Amino acid sequence: MPINEKGGAFNPLIVAFCCNWRSYAGADLAGSSRLNYPVNVKVIRVPCSCRVNPLFILRAFQRGADGVIMCGCHPGDCHYTSGNYFARRRTALLFSMLDFLGIEKGRTRVEWVSAAEGAKFANTMNQFAETISALGECKRLEDIRCVESEI
Amino acid sequence: MQKIGVFICWCGSNIAATVDVEAVAEAVKTEPNVVFSTNYQYMCSEGGQSAIRNAIAEHGLTGIVVCACSPRMHEATFRKAAAVAGLNPYMVEIANIREQCSWIHKEKSEGTEKAIILARAAVAKLNRNVPLFAGESPVIKRALVIGGGIAGIQTALDVADAGYEVDIVEKTPTIGGKMAMLDKTFPTLDCAACILTPKMVDASAHEKINLYTYSEVESVSGFVGNFTVNIRKRARAVNSDLCTGCGVCVEKCPSKSAKSEFNQGLCNRSAIYIPFAQAIPNVPVIDRDACIKFKTGKCGICEKVCTAKAIDYDQEDEIITKQYGAVVLATGFKPISMERYDEFQYAQCPDVITSLEFERICNAAGPTKGKVLRPSDHEPPKTVVFVQCVGSRATVDCGKTYCSKICCMYTAKHAMLLREKYPDTEAYVFYIDVRTPGKSFDEFYRRAVEEYGVHYIKGMVGKVAEEDGHLIVQGSDLIADKQVVIKADMVVLAAAIEPDPTARSLGTMFTASMDTNDFFTEAHPKLRPVESPTAGIFLSGLCQGPKDIPDTVAQAGAAASKVIGLLSKDKLMGNPCVAGCSEPLCNGCSSCELVCPYGAITYEDKMVIDHGVRETRRVACVNEAVCQGCGACTVTCPSGAMDLKGFTNLQIMAEVDAICR
Repeated sequence: MPINEKGGAFNPLIVAFCCNWRSYAGADLAGSSRLNYPVNVKVIRVPCSCRVNPLFILRAFQRGADGVIMCGCHPGDCHYTSGNYFARRRTALLFSMLDFLGIEKGRTRVEWVSAAEGAKFANTMNQFAETISALGECKRLEDIRCVESEI
Repeated sequence: MQKIGVFICWCGSNIAATVDVEAVAEAVKTEPNVVFSTNYQYMCSEGGQSAIRNAIAEHGLTGIVVCACSPRMHEATFRKAAAVAGLNPYMVEIANIREQCSWIHKEKSEGTEKAIILARAAVAKLNRNVPLFAGESPVIKRALVIGGGIAGIQTALDVADAGYEVDIVEKTPTIGGKMAMLDKTFPTLDCAACILTPKMVDASAHEKINLYTYSEVESVSGFVGNFTVNIRKRARAVNSDLCTGCGVCVEKCPSKSAKSEFNQGLCNRSAIYIPFAQAIPNVPVIDRDACIKFKTGKCGICEKVCTAKAIDYDQEDEIITKQYGAVVLATGFKPISMERYDEFQYAQCPDVITSLEFERICNAAGPTKGKVLRPSDHEPPKTVVFVQCVGSRATVDCGKTYCSKICCMYTAKHAMLLREKYPDTEAYVFYIDVRTPGKSFDEFYRRAVEEYGVHYIKGMVGKVAEEDGHLIVQGSDLIADKQVVIKADMVVLAAAIEPDPTARSLGTMFTASMDTNDFFTEAHPKLRPVESPTAGIFLSGLCQGPKDIPDTVAQAGAAASKVIGLLSKDKLMGNPCVAGCSEPLCNGCSSCELVCPYGAITYEDKMVIDHGVRETRRVACVNEAVCQGCGACTVTCPSGAMDLKGFTNLQIMAEVDAICR
């Protein structure tokens, strides 16, 4: 089992941005179907995947997230017609830049989950959590000011 | 300074079994501005809601967090409860500790810990909430129906019967659509014209319905309740007010070489024409590409023979601008082109026809006066092969992936009609599957097989070749597991159906989203089947997906009821969670305008105070009635001027911080 720098069991922190219309509903369906996924996945509801500002993702890594996943409607199926296309292009650029900064590609992910895909949501989160566990803690962007304020 | 109350629901044992609700209530007490927290068995019950109302009054709460099921479930319930207690409904946040916590985790300690984090995130967001107020906009009590087929006619009649004005815009010279071209309708074998034409007459005679035939929608602006539409009324070159519909001009016209669109090109029509006998309006149109007068300037016979002096060669297109509260898209369908299907020799052999052409051949008002005759030599065929699924259920690069839904039934109908009229003629049907889910549909198909002796062969046709005046059809019989060769006299192809090509540009104009096949998408495939995701746009008939006449009429009525529901309101309450522009920050770059899928953003010159300097400059303005609140503009904005109410940058950041604490 991976351990954190203090020697305790490593529990990765994963932030999932989910669009209100499909992916958040997919996450709900995973719940109502009683499909398990790791407790460390925390979902933030946004109206559309295109509402996810790259700054939110950077902020999550600054504040100690070990992985960030963004879920939206399937391409061509966006509630707002075209929002997920913007999101797809923005994240493609952002994730390349993050990789350059030392946030490995495995720590960031985009997945299209429809309201009917509860199982896909749960599977995706399980796989993603496994990947992040294998990668270990992400300290690359951690904001020293956040750490200091905790002391 | 906010005063926040947190309410944790047990949801019976749904939450309480894996989340220690007492511990959550205790833990959130130390969160900023939380002055009250409690837990209750069922927050959504009347008891739970009254606990919320009482706590708001007692503690003077300015906002509440309810830790319960998904906001998709009861956000509206709790917003209403808060509103009853005098709180702004947008000062309510939900922490989803059931679907996204208690139901997915087994360990109580884990569940409790996560529930506390989710509750903290909700409190953090709520601390940055501000009261939001929905804008109001008036509703223009008139509906526009685009498309004058059975779907459009039925929707218009239903809306007009409820007392609202309706305009129908139809691009062809007459209403009636594809149904007017049909001979009989399954499964009752009613004559299509007999049941359709009375509805056409009703629509044209209805005092609340206004027809714009030979017209197209040119442009549109506005939003739900308040669309402004420009309609191009194309010049017929005939004055509709003077014309008596006597038909002498049609008879005397010397140019008779244009293909009749109504008869699927199986016969010719004159340059000045009325598409069919029961056309509405019964006013001819001059086809300028075929008319000798328009081409050479000589002729003018129609003008000379018209006693009503209705012919007007100088008539010009007219642009009509009107306002509507609701728009119904009823643009219908067309069969796909058979030109690409070389294996069936459609383009090469005149006796290989489509089902819609067969329909015209069967029709008493059609090119053969209802006698089934081969187009090539006008001889009655002795053997007819029907091929189903031509282009339906195909691969993406060859035809359509979907089932066209109506072909199994109309092919059974055609074979039955053929055998009834000509008992000596053999009918063969090649099929992949026979799909007959509908009231009395399977019985109808079985009658075709059992009573009318139609030969059904499970398999596909591989090749059609012309030989000695016959068509040699080679196909496979999957049940007998052998190749079959049939010497036929006529081959009828059940061509897949696709949305009318005009749907694409209308979809763009009205921002009505479409699927990959150009069918309009509904707001929800099950629960909102007749509404487009764009507010105020409704869907009727085949433009939404393949369906038969009963389904089309039912959907048309459903669309009408939604339109009536909208038009019966005097004012519309908008969604207050829309984008807003901070004018001092905006540099007028147009980035947001380009990404907005609804055209909700415009630019105006406004007086702005920037660093204490007053100046007039170009800034973005959001039309709150049009904005749907996706947030694309907020992320695109390079200067951070755009933000989304209800999901502001600070609110989402606060959630991120709370989760990552």
